[in-house]
Amino acid sequence: MVATQRDVRPTTPPGPGAAQHGRRGPRTVGSGLAPYTFVAPFFLVFGAFGLFPLIYTAWVSLHKVDFGNPEKMQWVGLKNYSTLLHSEFFWNALKNTFTIGVISTVPQLAVALGLAHLLNYRLRGRTFFRIAMLMPYATSVAAATLVFVGLFGRDFGFVNWVLGLVGVHHIDWEAGRWTSQIAVSTIVTWRWTGYNALIYLAAMQSISADLYESAAIDGASRWQQFRHVTVPSLRPTILFTVIISTIGATQLFGEPLLFGGISGHTGGASRQYQTLGVLLYDEGWYNYKLGYAAAVAWTMFVIIVIAVLVNAALARGRRGSRT
Amino acid sequence: MRIRRRTAALAAALLTSVLAVAGCGSTKDNGTAANAGKPNANGPVTLNVRLFGTFGYKEAGLFDAYHKAHPNVTVNYSSIEQEQNYFPVLQQNLNAAKGQIDVAGIEVGRIADVTQNLSAKFTDLKALGAASEEGNFYPWKWKAATTRDGKVVGLGTDIGPIAIAYRTDLFKQAGLPANRDELAKRWTSWDAFLAMGEQYKARMGTKSAFVDTASGLYNTILGGSVKQYYDESGNPVYDSNPAVRQAWDTAVKAIRSGLTGKVKQFDDAWNKGFASGSFATVGAPSWMIGYIKGQAGDAGSGKWDIVPGPNAANWGGSYLAIPKNSQHPNEAYELVKWLTAAPQQVTLFKKGGNFPSNSVAAADPAVSGYAEPYFNNAPTGKIFGEVAAKLPVAIVGPKDGTIKDMISNGLLSIETQGKSPDEAWQATLKNIKNAIGS
Repeated sequence: MVATQRDVRPTTPPGPGAAQHGRRGPRTVGSGLAPYTFVAPFFLVFGAFGLFPLIYTAWVSLHKVDFGNPEKMQWVGLKNYSTLLHSEFFWNALKNTFTIGVISTVPQLAVALGLAHLLNYRLRGRTFFRIAMLMPYATSVAAATLVFVGLFGRDFGFVNWVLGLVGVHHIDWEAGRWTSQIAVSTIVTWRWTGYNALIYLAAMQSISADLYESAAIDGASRWQQFRHVTVPSLRPTILFTVIISTIGATQLFGEPLLFGGISGHTGGASRQYQTLGVLLYDEGWYNYKLGYAAAVAWTMFVIIVIAVLVNAALARGRRGSRT
Repeated sequence: MRIRRRTAALAAALLTSVLAVAGCGSTKDNGTAANAGKPNANGPVTLNVRLFGTFGYKEAGLFDAYHKAHPNVTVNYSSIEQEQNYFPVLQQNLNAAKGQIDVAGIEVGRIADVTQNLSAKFTDLKALGAASEEGNFYPWKWKAATTRDGKVVGLGTDIGPIAIAYRTDLFKQAGLPANRDELAKRWTSWDAFLAMGEQYKARMGTKSAFVDTASGLYNTILGGSVKQYYDESGNPVYDSNPAVRQAWDTAVKAIRSGLTGKVKQFDDAWNKGFASGSFATVGAPSWMIGYIKGQAGDAGSGKWDIVPGPNAANWGGSYLAIPKNSQHPNEAYELVKWLTAAPQQVTLFKKGGNFPSNSVAAADPAVSGYAEPYFNNAPTGKIFGEVAAKLPVAIVGPKDGTIKDMISNGLLSIETQGKSPDEAWQATLKNIKNAIGS
């Protein structure tokens, strides 16, 4: 079971603890250093390109920094954060991020689970289906979004043409609040469903067939088997995908920015689909307020940490309640 | 033996990782001493020219022509289509120790920001000999690129006098006069213009809008004022200036009457509209002539005409500047001087419709006598020249572009999102304060 968990976490770095776990050599300083040296390259690069920018961004967020003259940093303490918390644009972006996150994540993961279940059967040509499902993930965000902009066009878009056949006319997808958020969520769902389905599929294939057999003997139907055997066994995987999706949804940037064309950086004429990531870009690169943008960035980081902790606590709570 | 091999492995791993990190570092430590100030009169030089949109130099073959005349100079040209994506990239480059850009395009909406806040990052062209060029340019064009202490940051490329481009076939379909002299007589005020729009709408319904966008109409109207978003002392007056309010109200009136096309300028839907006829008029600066030709294609030839609007206005026009951290300022200046010289500006007018900011070029018979076949043989040089002569010397401010964008968003929210004009105006004020405030 532990091995399965490790297998479905492709992006977790090997921590120093892992190396010490199975060592049988003498615990002298000299030979104890080797594992640290072998993981050092990653951590040095992380330190330079991950940790340092993180801390420096926090430092920048305590200053007023103009994009045109970034070397002139003016100390303002926590003023950027208080402006942020009082800014209706921030709360609007937070709300948009949350709603787009929910619309793009919940149906997507449900569909991914269903798809994985279907692909778990011995279908003919299942390798083709698996590859085809992953292909949206391999496209570039920019290219895919620009194609979807055309599809969701008001007058000449394919989606409106199809809807016109059933009598719904000329929806201006970009202008409305819900319509634009649904459109952006569609782009995200299109990209990530296959990826998550493959992760679920990999985890499903390690579920022992005995469990299904005993469930069938007990008289469980297919749906009951799915609910009571598949889903509980997949709990750690589902938790992983939920956490990754939450992080991705909070950082959503490319799709809403490009969906709006010229007014993409404001998330539409009334900021109807401006997410936190787009707000960061708007304030920093369009309004030239780099200090304020840094404050938005750190607030996003704190939000993600809180969301992940809540997810993990919920998961632990449910595991604890199972006998 | 074991220890030595392990030590070697440790050392190798450490060295690799340190090198990897150091190798990705910036070139700040190298300093510019090695390359600054080398005259390099005859050695091969590559000049990096970075522009936005379509300046037309490459299309008119000017870079190749320059290379033929100066074989040791090669121009490496690239362009970012949207100016608002281009300017941050330029600014980032200005702060590098060894600049990658030798010639940079600066839009007129940014020139005040450059002269007031960024002049230290650009080379003073007077130091390279630009003082002799002053007499060749329209005085207001030259002045806008001059800082308070007399530094000249850019030489003018083109200006954008606005005239109304219209579809003659759609006008005829709607039973309106399509002759440009007739329209010039009728369009004495914006109310008269919009009244004709009502007639157009009565015949054409929702098939085609009279005006392409509300924001385009607004910008054309406001462009006729000397004081727009800033006053002479540099204070933002967008919220108190009656000219802004009047332009806004006229645009709102057009929206309310259903005369606007409900798209965003330079968006995909607007581009398609030139060919599909979803709008009949557009306030077109001279540089848009080439753009319209491209978007409407061969099928549109002869279906368009152009006439001055009720007021003269300017939209766009740019400058060529040389960043301070360029490594070949002298060669770059020679290129800039050549590109903005009268003969080249005449060529650009003929090929792309860009109206010269070089007054010598504007007076050239090749410009004033030019008839544009695509636009029903309209004398575009004469029309734009007349508009250019009536242009107000508008006060430019550092955040003109941003304010203009926020107001465009406000108008769009009325057009496409059903916001009330008051709601939209309040939201616009909030957006502007957020963008340009502290």
